[in-house]
Amino acid sequence: MNDPTRPDPDEILASIRKDEEREHRGKLKIFFGMCAGVGKTYSMLKAAQLEKSKGTDVVIGYIETHNRKETNDLIGDLEMIPRRSFEYKGSSLFEVDIEQIIQRKPRLVLIDELAHSNAPGSRHLKRYQDVQDILDNGIDVYTSLNVQHLESRADTVAQITGIIVRETLPDEIFESAEEIELVDLTPVELLQRFDEGKVYSPQQTREATRNFFRKGNITALREMALRIVADRVDSQLRQYMRQKRISGPWKSGLRLMAVINQSSQSINLIRWAKNLANTMGAGLVALYIEPSGKLSKIQQEKLSRNILLAKQLGAELITTSGNDYVKTVLNIARKENISHIVISKPRKPNLLATHRLNSYINRLIEHSGNIDIYVMGSNVENDDKTREYSSLLSYSSGFVQYFISGLITILTALAFYPFKAVLGYQVVSFAMLFMISMLAIFYGIGPILLSAFLCAILWNYFFIPPEFTLHISKAEDVLMLGMFFIIALLNGILTTRVRKQERLTREREERTNALYQLTRDLSHASGIEEVISVSIKAIRKSFNLESAFFLPGNNSELGEKLYAETDIVINEADRSIASWVYYHSGKAGKFTDTLPSSSYTFYALNGNKLKPGVVALLHKQAMNIDMDLFWNTFRTQVSNAIEREFLNSLALKASILNESEKLYKTLFNSISHELRIPVATIMGASDTMLNVDLDKSTFRQLSDEIFTASERLNRLIENLLNMSRLESDRIKPHADWQDVHDLAGKVLRTLKKELENFKTDVVIPDSLPLVKLDFGLMEQILHNLVLNATQYAPPKTTIRIKMYFDAGFLFMEVMDRGPGFNDLSIPFVFDKFYRADNSVPGGTGLGLSIVKGFVEALNGSVKVENRKNGGARITVKVPTITSTLEIKD
Amino acid sequence: MNSENLILVIDDEIQIRRLLDITLSANHYSVIVAANGKEGLISAATHKPSMILLDLGLPDEDGQSILKKLREWYTLPIIVLSVRSSEEDIITALDNGAMDYLTKPFRSGELLARIRSAMRLAQNENAQNPILNFNSLSIDLTGHVVKKNDEIVKLTSTEFTMLALLAKNEGKVLTHQFILKEVWGHGYLEQTQYLRVFIAQLRKKLEDDPANPAYILTESGIGYRFASQ
Repeated sequence: MNDPTRPDPDEILASIRKDEEREHRGKLKIFFGMCAGVGKTYSMLKAAQLEKSKGTDVVIGYIETHNRKETNDLIGDLEMIPRRSFEYKGSSLFEVDIEQIIQRKPRLVLIDELAHSNAPGSRHLKRYQDVQDILDNGIDVYTSLNVQHLESRADTVAQITGIIVRETLPDEIFESAEEIELVDLTPVELLQRFDEGKVYSPQQTREATRNFFRKGNITALREMALRIVADRVDSQLRQYMRQKRISGPWKSGLRLMAVINQSSQSINLIRWAKNLANTMGAGLVALYIEPSGKLSKIQQEKLSRNILLAKQLGAELITTSGNDYVKTVLNIARKENISHIVISKPRKPNLLATHRLNSYINRLIEHSGNIDIYVMGSNVENDDKTREYSSLLSYSSGFVQYFISGLITILTALAFYPFKAVLGYQVVSFAMLFMISMLAIFYGIGPILLSAFLCAILWNYFFIPPEFTLHISKAEDVLMLGMFFIIALLNGILTTRVRKQERLTREREERTNALYQLTRDLSHASGIEEVISVSIKAIRKSFNLESAFFLPGNNSELGEKLYAETDIVINEADRSIASWVYYHSGKAGKFTDTLPSSSYTFYALNGNKLKPGVVALLHKQAMNIDMDLFWNTFRTQVSNAIEREFLNSLALKASILNESEKLYKTLFNSISHELRIPVATIMGASDTMLNVDLDKSTFRQLSDEIFTASERLNRLIENLLNMSRLESDRIKPHADWQDVHDLAGKVLRTLKKELENFKTDVVIPDSLPLVKLDFGLMEQILHNLVLNATQYAPPKTTIRIKMYFDAGFLFMEVMDRGPGFNDLSIPFVFDKFYRADNSVPGGTGLGLSIVKGFVEALNGSVKVENRKNGGARITVKVPTITSTLEIKD
Repeated sequence: MNSENLILVIDDEIQIRRLLDITLSANHYSVIVAANGKEGLISAATHKPSMILLDLGLPDEDGQSILKKLREWYTLPIIVLSVRSSEEDIITALDNGAMDYLTKPFRSGELLARIRSAMRLAQNENAQNPILNFNSLSIDLTGHVVKKNDEIVKLTSTEFTMLALLAKNEGKVLTHQFILKEVWGHGYLEQTQYLRVFIAQLRKKLEDDPANPAYILTESGIGYRFASQ
């Protein structure tokens, strides 16, 4: 009943009712926009014209064109219902004439500005109420609405824009609309339209853009509008899925990446990104870029807090390092197939940082291509003073770099010029060297060269006497200039090399990361298909290459099974190369000496024991040594994983086969024997009784045989039924208060006949209180144990039943003086169909395994052991509670 | 026909019907058989048997509902036959007015014993004998005196009420709920602890071997039965 995928009947009913209501009612379509001027009326008229061209009876109930030309033109020949005028404080106000419209009864009516408040004296206070009346009369309505008029958003709008919206529309009306069409325009385009005077008159425009229509406002309103519509789509989708019993979620295929650091802002960023990801149905990745500098202890703590939060919110965490923030972010984003990047706007402690900030955000946007960038605002005033190491290093070689390094060089020269008399021209050279060193930290070799060259010239021209010439009079100055130039160059080269080194380290780290991730993913994957799909994805991610796997089939011929994405085409020649590689355990194909004409390179997969197959890569260019090494390691991992799956499936197959064969044999032997013997007895005995004249005592004997045989059959059936109940998990204990004395008594009474030749001894302390247990199950357990004892113990011996309560458990022991268990067989006595070597005929080997099943159903345990003076002891231990009830009579 | 000893067997299995017919006839009962519920209801109305053996698994209608229909007018004993099924079915049947139950397969001796005690109980109810005698036990219902081997056994009033209830229904299975309701009242239907404690006390006082009782027998998961032999 509590099947979560089952659609809620109430929901279905409600939806049917809604549908029915809608059948009779007109349909409401809202053209929804972020603010005035986005073209709602325009879109509405266009849609109306389209309807009209299809032959729909369309009229205009109320249209506000604001005298916009394009809009006016669109009205064309659409019929207009005259508005009704109201006199108010000496002026005329015009409103929708509901009666006229209802009387006219068109199929569709256009009524602009749904949130409008009617003039005093109208039928309703609000226009949406008019619209409700019209809808009730079965007329469809097209209308327009701005996001700020939605009641639930009015507060937010007031916060954002500082303007209090008075004309609001209940959300319910909005939600009840049959269709919402979002009319969207980018803020830039909208402002352009304002500028072009397409929305308001020039005077109004100036007024409006100063107050309401600022770019920030518009963006915020736009986001709000987009989100509302997105939520609506989402809830419709969910409703649809619930009704059709589709288990979600439907992946939108989007992946969102939040770039986090140790700042407190990252908390908001992660939360916000999570919400966004939820709304979009996207996956969430959190990226942390290790800064080049060391973090303080406090920063470390904050960082782990942020990372923890990201993980808690289900984000996949990626850690990388890199000195070019923008490149690193975008690299990872491409690799991870990210569709949206979310970053936070760092707080701005100084002018320089602001400059850098803008620069890297701009660059991020500029290079992001088809990836969307979201920049989240910052409201943390006094955040930790984390220096933005990464952004500090964010410049890449480009024209700007040349320009800036040139500029800085000239500025430095200018700055020192007035002091050259005081400092001496040699000191200036040091200052310049210092400046070049600084530049080298940020810039590539080109700009440094430029700067060094420029410095040499400037120093020579302006500082080295004779001034304002390139001529140098003293020999040591020539030497100095030469050395200056060399040092400057070395500086630049060394720094660049260090940075290159750093990049290599990062690459290595990324590879280690990729390998680690591969190992992890592979270890999670189960089954060959999954392992290969993980591998193909990993190859695509780490090498940006498409791949195909050839695996041997049942007769160990290669190529029987091919795993590849659909866009990979493998021809006969490729297959034969794969076979060749498989048998020679090497590589062949493109970029090798063997069969280089193929478009793929084939590598054999080499496991520890097996040759699990061949992988083919669709190379575009040959791998460098580094890459090749990485690929070898990578391939080993994949090989091992595939080999593991192979071995697993082989082992599993073997064990399943073995197990089922054994089980079948045992079952067959045991059951067929157990069934045949009593049936043979019954048939034989009854046949004799029918056909032979017997004396009374023989007749009795035969009847007795029949009776015994049928009891045996009955017991077998009983056991088989219990076994199948156990295996289908249908045993549901019903605990109730029981007197265990009663339990023993009942079992002994039922087994009276079997116990005829034995002495029985029941040891239960008188003080044993009531226990809460399932009587039926306990009875069957004890029954089977005692019955088992009667089958092994020699006659005249004592079978003892002992029960006691200790520390939350009821213990039940059954002891006999039979031969006991063979030590080797003890681990198997509870196995199905297991029969002891010395067992007597008449059992099925099911009795004890049923005991075990029942005991486990009661969350208990059972063990067997041999008694010191001979015989077996089986102890059942089940958790229970005892009664503390004091009954006074 | 002597309706005093007439037993109606309602069972869809021909072998069981035949077996019961032979067994019961051999024990001097007259037998009529019905193969389904509808036939059974008609037979019961036309022949007015002194006892009905009703199988719960009938092809045309649920045995429980046949039982209810019979009980609308039929007051004599009905013994329910069922395959080894859940205790709930049996309890339901007892609640619906069955006097006793037997699970298939059963021994003929057991069946005959049940039939005899059910017949006796049906007659005893009319007799209203104030003193009940069972082997070594005698219970004076009006004088509230219980004697074992002619010695007075001291019982508390609750113990006596319970013993009297069981003894008056000798041979009949009384469900836990029924006993709790009769002895303690409606508010105690879940108090199986009371029941266990008092049964244990009664056995200690009345039975020769309380661990292996002869009078108060346990019916696993269903209730208790007072046995006369």
